[in-house]
Formats: sequence, structure tokens, C-alpha cells
Amino acid sequence: MVRVIATRVVRLVATLLAVTFLTFTMLEFLPGDPVNAILPPNAVRTPELIAQVRADLNLDDPFFQRYFAWLGDALTGDLGQSYVTDQEVSEIITSRLPITLQLAVMGILLALILAVPIGILGAYKQGKWQDTVTSAGVQVGLSVPNFIFGIFLIWLFAVNLQWLPASNWNRLSDGLVDNLKTAILPASALALTQMAIFSRLVRADMIGTLQENYILSARAKGLSNRFILFRHALRPSSLSLMTIVGINFGALLGGTVIIETLFAVPGIGFRLINAINQRDILVIQGITVFIAASYVLINTLVDLLYSALDPRIRRS
Amino acid sequence: MADTEAGTSAPADIPAGVPGHEDRHAEPVMGAGVEAIEAYVVPTGEKPKRQSPWQVFSSMPFFVKLSAIWLILVVAGAIYTQLDTSLFDGNLPLLQDPNLQTNNFNPEAGEFGTGERLEAPSAAHWLGTDALARDTFSRLVYGAWVSLVVAIVAVAFGFIVGGGLGSLVGFVRGRTETFTMSIIDVILAFPALILLLALVSIFEVRDLFIISIVIGFLGIPAYTRVARANSLAISNREFVTAARAIGTKPRRILWREIIPNVVPTMLAYAMVASAFVIVVEGSLSFLGLSVQPPTSTWGNMINQARSDVKVNPWQVLFPSLALTFTVLALNQVGDFFQKRNAVRAAAL
Repeated sequence: MVRVIATRVVRLVATLLAVTFLTFTMLEFLPGDPVNAILPPNAVRTPELIAQVRADLNLDDPFFQRYFAWLGDALTGDLGQSYVTDQEVSEIITSRLPITLQLAVMGILLALILAVPIGILGAYKQGKWQDTVTSAGVQVGLSVPNFIFGIFLIWLFAVNLQWLPASNWNRLSDGLVDNLKTAILPASALALTQMAIFSRLVRADMIGTLQENYILSARAKGLSNRFILFRHALRPSSLSLMTIVGINFGALLGGTVIIETLFAVPGIGFRLINAINQRDILVIQGITVFIAASYVLINTLVDLLYSALDPRIRRS
Repeated sequence: MADTEAGTSAPADIPAGVPGHEDRHAEPVMGAGVEAIEAYVVPTGEKPKRQSPWQVFSSMPFFVKLSAIWLILVVAGAIYTQLDTSLFDGNLPLLQDPNLQTNNFNPEAGEFGTGERLEAPSAAHWLGTDALARDTFSRLVYGAWVSLVVAIVAVAFGFIVGGGLGSLVGFVRGRTETFTMSIIDVILAFPALILLLALVSIFEVRDLFIISIVIGFLGIPAYTRVARANSLAISNREFVTAARAIGTKPRRILWREIIPNVVPTMLAYAMVASAFVIVVEGSLSFLGLSVQPPTSTWGNMINQARSDVKVNPWQVLFPSLALTFTVLALNQVGDFFQKRNAVRAAAL
């Protein structure tokens, strides 16, 4: 176990260094003077301002010294400031992160709620029409890009039925119901692909489990089908399900970019696209490094948690 | 769909990230549900039975056949748009210039006749017209070219670099393998879409070829792993041992024994990977960060039309369907070939 943790931690540190280094280095390769690129296009480029930017970014220091200075600052939560809006990058992230987290969590939960019964149905009715229909649905779910599904949801629920708004995000502080009204569509758009992935996993896992002897003995004891499926048979699948939920959660943090843009949800991804459109380079860099680092961290945590829970992995 | 026999003999049904398998290299690649590596490992070594393309086609289940036909149509349409228009008086038969705003343009008022914009499908405009009165069918076919280029360039790049690297280290083993695979693991841990966004936006890359190469680069780890797993399996086969025993040079074994056996399974993976690549380009296009208008891409067509979804949902519908069908078709055909390989391996 100690060895497992040690390898994972070494790999984590290496990956984090690589991710931060890569994001930092991107600015090095900007064409022309970096100060020019970092300042917003409409800023008046007075010599004082240029000197200030150069000093802020330590542009006169050698490259590696600058990288480590930047990394040290980043570790203490200082990712620099936007020269377009004068906000601290870390402040931008902390104010918008809860919204993105809410969407990701809702998306995953929705996906799980739908995926588990669908996967169980497919496994229980393996080869029957119920299985064919759900498997076909899963195939389609895996193939529809989430922004297309999002537009479909907008067209159906916001434009035609007018049940739910397509934008104008309500914060949680505006009341739970109002908040959920604006959150349900983007969360559903995120959930589709996840649902397909999860239910395929549950189905494949459960087909194996249902052939085990202890299921047979549960049947022999006369336990109800529902009890066997949801309690006995689901339990061994839950571990792999948790793993993939964890990994996909990390990926969703980045994946919300498109959905947030589509629904104008003021989360971290939408802010990233704004920064891209305004060429607010330090914000792009800060958000990129933040998402990348969280992604790497979450993956490592999931891995570790998994090896802690499953003795088979722990031993090898 | 083509999924009925699954479960008993099918590693194909183990999705990404299922733990507990020997080679746990199974995180979702680039954040999406790409299949676990094991599904693409075929430790055969038998020379595949030669089948003509027609025989392969006839052996496909119905939906896979439909998928294959759709893909052939898309590819043919995309290539057709690259023909020399001067041969046809400026416009290809059946297609209009995708940038041509033909209808009722009134130069004095500087606007288009109202009747011709956002038209519903008709005989004159098979799939209607967009907000600038351009023919949607023509733009759709021209957009297929962008998807085709991205899919081919990105996949070929990842395939050649990653596939070569994976075959090599799976055969050579030792420190080279450990070293290469740890670098690959680090690259795989990157959230690719975010890095892609950052790269494309900071450097203002709008060139299709460069975007494709970047997408391909971020896909390298996946190809490397598939190729390595296959190469490992094949290196342990009798015919490789036999080749070694009679003193064949390692380079020759790699070229004549390993790589020819790695390629077929890699091709099945490449199909599924190209579906993913097309979605990534579509997403970038949708965000306005890929090839710029007036060049049509399916992604930017969807983006431009979505504000008019109330007036004319057709203009969102058609490019969305084109993109979805293509992705679905690539997945279906890729799965078909992967299962075909797996069956061949199981028969051994």
C-alpha cells in the first residue's frame, strides 16, 4: 500500500509540474512582446504601464527563475491579475467555481439515477428486446455531442414548451427553486453522455455478477428479484462505478465549458471563454492551470481511494 | 443494436475505467468515453483471412451497413467539394457556392429579400437556407470536408507516432518501455480539451491543419497504449519466438511480424478515435475557435443557426444530424471491426 501511494504521489507531482510548466511556457512562445499580448488591445500603452507589467511578471528574470516564482505564487493562490478587468484571477475562480461544481454534481447525479436502472434492466433482460432498446439508446447517447443535446433541450423546453429558461442563471442565493429551474437544462445536457457510459458499465458488470453462485443461492432462498438485483448484484459493481464517476467528474470540470457557454451559465468555463474572446491571457492561463491541476488531483485521489477499498489492487 | 451476444466472451463491453484488469490503463481518453484498451488487444498472429471489401460489407449487421453507407456518402461528398469548379461554370452540379448569398439581393437597400432567408426545405433548396440566404445543403457538404480533414490528419498523426512508439516499446521492453510509458502517463493526465482551448486561443490558431495536428498530438497516449498492449501480446507468440530462434534481426521482426499484426486492431480503434476527433473539432467550431467563417463547418453552422432556432429549427437540425450520424456511424463501424478481430482471436 505504501508503495502504491508513493508511486501515485511521485506521478502526481511529475504531472503537476508538467502541466504547470506547459501552461506557463505557452506565454513564452507568444509572438512579439509578451507585454503587448498580455495588455488588452485597447489599453493605452504608456511606458509606466509597460514597466509595471514587466515588473509584475518578473519579465526581466531568467526563465526558470520566473517559472518557480510563478509556481510558488500559484501554490499560495496568487495567479496574477486580469489586465482587462483588474480582478485577481484567484478571485475569479473562487467566485465562479461553486456554479460549475453544482452543474457537474447535478449532471453526475442525474446520470446515475437514470443509468443504474437502465443498466440493470439491460443485464437482467440480456438479449431480450428491453436490452436491445436500451443498448441502442446507449449507443445514441454516446454519439450525440453534448452541445447538440443542449440545443435540443433549449428548443424543446425553452422555445416550444416555454417551461424553463434557456439562460439568465439564478444563483442559489436567489432561492433553490429558481436556481434549479435554470440549472436543470444544462445539467441534463451534461448528463447524457455520462448516463450512457455509466449504464454500459453497470450492464457489463452485472452480466458477470448475475452468473455468480451467491446470486443463485439468493434466488434459492426465495429473495425477490428486485432485492437481488439492487442489493446483492449491484454491490460489486458499485466500486467500479464510483471509480468512473470520480474520473469523469474531473473531466466534467473541463467539459462544462461548452455547456456553460451555450446556457450562459456564469461558471468557470464560461469565464474562460470570455477571457479567450477578450484575449485576457493571464486569466486564460490561470483558469487552465486550475482546471488541469484539479483534474490531475481528482484522478489521483480516485486511484488511491480505489486501491484503499479493493484488496486485490492493494496487494498487487 | 449489434450488441446482443455481449457479456460472455466480450471484453468489448468493458467500458473505460473499469478497474481490476491486468493492465489498468483505462482512464477515459481526452475526457470522453473511449473504450478500454483491453478491448482492442487481440493476441492473434494468425494471418487474417483475406476478405474482399464486398464480403466484409455483406457480413455487417443492418445498422452497421447503414453506417458504412453513410460514411461513404460523407467522404464522397467531402471529396466532391474539392473538385475544380472551373470545369462546371463556377458551381458544382447539385451544389452552390457555400458563400454565395444568391437570393434576391437588393444592392440599393443593401439587404436580402425577406422570403429567401431561413427558408424551410424546398425543391430549390433541399435543406432550406440559412440566415444569410445561403443554401444549407451546399454548406453541409462543404462542411464535411473540414470534418474529413480533421479526422484524417489528427488520427493519422496520432496513429503513426503513437502506434509506432507503442509497437516499439512493447517489443523492446526494459527501461525504454518504462521511461516512455511514464511520459505517456503524464501526457494522458492532461485535460486535453482545456489545453487545446488554451493553445488555440493564446496563439490564435485558426488553421485547420495545425488544429488537427494539435488534436492528434493530444491523442498520442491512447494510440501508444493500444499499440503497446498489442505489441506485448504478439511478442510472446510462437512465431516471434521462432523468428528470434532462427536469428532474425530484431528490426526485421518488428517490421515483418509485430507491426503487421498491430495495425488491424489499431484501425478499429482509429475509427472510434476519429469519431471523437470530429466531436472535438465540432466543439471548437461551435465555440468559434476553429476554422473561421465563411468556411462552413458543421460546428459553426450549428452555432450560427442556434439563435434562430425559434424561427427556423431546420438550420440547427441538419448540421446536428450530420454530426451525430457521422459520430454514431464511426462508432458502429469501429465496434464492428473490433468485434470481428476479437472473434478471430477467440477462435484460436
